[in-house]
Amino acid sequence: MDEQQAARLRTPLYEWHVAHGARMVDFAGWSMPIQYTSIIDEHVATRNAVGMTDISHMGRLRFEGPGAAVFLAELLTRRVGDMQESQIRYSLVTNEQGGIMDDVLVGYYHNANGQPFYVVVVNASNRRKIVDWVHAHLPPERAERPGHEVIFTDVTRLWSMFAVQGPRSVELLQPLVDVELPWMRYYRGAQARILHPAAQRQGGIVSRTGYTGEDGFELSVGATIAADVWNAIVELGRPLGLVPAGLGARDTLRLEAGMPLYGHELDEHVDPFQAGLGFACHLTGYDFPGRDALRTIREQPRKLVRVGLEMTGRRVARQGARILGGTDTIGEVTSGTFSPTLKKPIAMAYLRREYAEPGTVVSVDVRGRMEPARLVPLPFYRRNNQGA
Amino acid sequence: MNPDDLLYAETHEWVHVDETPDGKLATVGITAFATELLTDLVHIDLPAVGTAVEAGQPFGEVESVKSVSDLNSPVDGEVVDVNDAVTEQLDTVSNDPFGKGWLIKVKLAGEAALPNLMDRAAYETQCREQEE
Repeated sequence: MDEQQAARLRTPLYEWHVAHGARMVDFAGWSMPIQYTSIIDEHVATRNAVGMTDISHMGRLRFEGPGAAVFLAELLTRRVGDMQESQIRYSLVTNEQGGIMDDVLVGYYHNANGQPFYVVVVNASNRRKIVDWVHAHLPPERAERPGHEVIFTDVTRLWSMFAVQGPRSVELLQPLVDVELPWMRYYRGAQARILHPAAQRQGGIVSRTGYTGEDGFELSVGATIAADVWNAIVELGRPLGLVPAGLGARDTLRLEAGMPLYGHELDEHVDPFQAGLGFACHLTGYDFPGRDALRTIREQPRKLVRVGLEMTGRRVARQGARILGGTDTIGEVTSGTFSPTLKKPIAMAYLRREYAEPGTVVSVDVRGRMEPARLVPLPFYRRNNQGA
Repeated sequence: MNPDDLLYAETHEWVHVDETPDGKLATVGITAFATELLTDLVHIDLPAVGTAVEAGQPFGEVESVKSVSDLNSPVDGEVVDVNDAVTEQLDTVSNDPFGKGWLIKVKLAGEAALPNLMDRAAYETQCREQEE
């Protein structure tokens, strides 16, 4: 093992992954499983039964204190003050120019003493940047302003998080938690007791959220019990067809579901409207970085829009592939893969708006050879029962 | 083919050379180590019969869910046969990479030796180092 590998961060599940044959790769400075067996098998099992993915590398930032709500309202593109207990909301962090610094989930809960707190889940690749951004906007005089104190903690290493996704996820997790999962709404969470000796009487947070296009949950438990709880779920899940799924399947699942990924569809040169995330911007409330820029951008005609492509042939158009209309470059692929569900290559891209009509056929430069692709509406995949 | 009788390129292609009345004929494929590394094969792109290939240069590509890689020719010569069956049935390459999963046959140019290729032991050493 070289020094670089030794320096990688490890989740509490690292030993489990290695012991179960995972292929470990560097992901945003973490040593993470890309796959255990086959990306396609792990993908299909998640669509048809249930898959479980270690997402403990995702950054978890906790905000509490009487000033927390206003502080977050002045940091995030979307308001938080009107959130209900246990509600979760998708939001963005933008820079002063309105470029996307990260996309995040904000959850609102109360602790055992009835004090509110927020958990902001950030991308692993952006954790340090966002922590620095928070500190830049939260100097001591702001953090300790009497009556408006904000206590900020990066709790990433204290909590493990598992994504349990697929049509059998309710059935799998219900025996483990004291919350009525079938009644939990999408984008809601709950602090739960974990009904298994492996949890050593510790609680956790379970939320009906995910990044796969399936029904499913994300479960947060303390780092010290994470491996035992993971093992307990693996045992319970075996008769239901549970498979551990690596980050490879997580990527193909989110791509089929048309969900953007930071570093692909999102970066600081992309604004929320181009990304199709205008719904996550509330421009008439608190003044957050980029709000005024976004008001201007919103009124301008879109140059580029996010689109879906289905390749006619078998070759996959990947990130960076140019899209041509005649001899002009009219767009660029941001993510591409082979879709295990559709059994053909798919891609997301930014395309000049005047070409972005579903059904249009464009040419994509795939490693020097032109390949035809057809524009299709996003998402590529929608599950049958959107009940929850 | 017996893996002991093959020569290997650093880029995970294997080659077997037969003497025929028409000269030397090389059969080329990819190794079991390569197919395992790729795992989820989704596409193999092979050249047409008659294409000239050059040692160390790409003659096609192999694509998995996660990535695409060049297939590099271990030899100089001309493609005289292509295993079209594998492009429709990628499992053949994964399940029998040294047999039914061969990719192309190349008529060797001249009597050139096969430099820069490894025997099985040397190749397996390289693979072990790559895994660590």
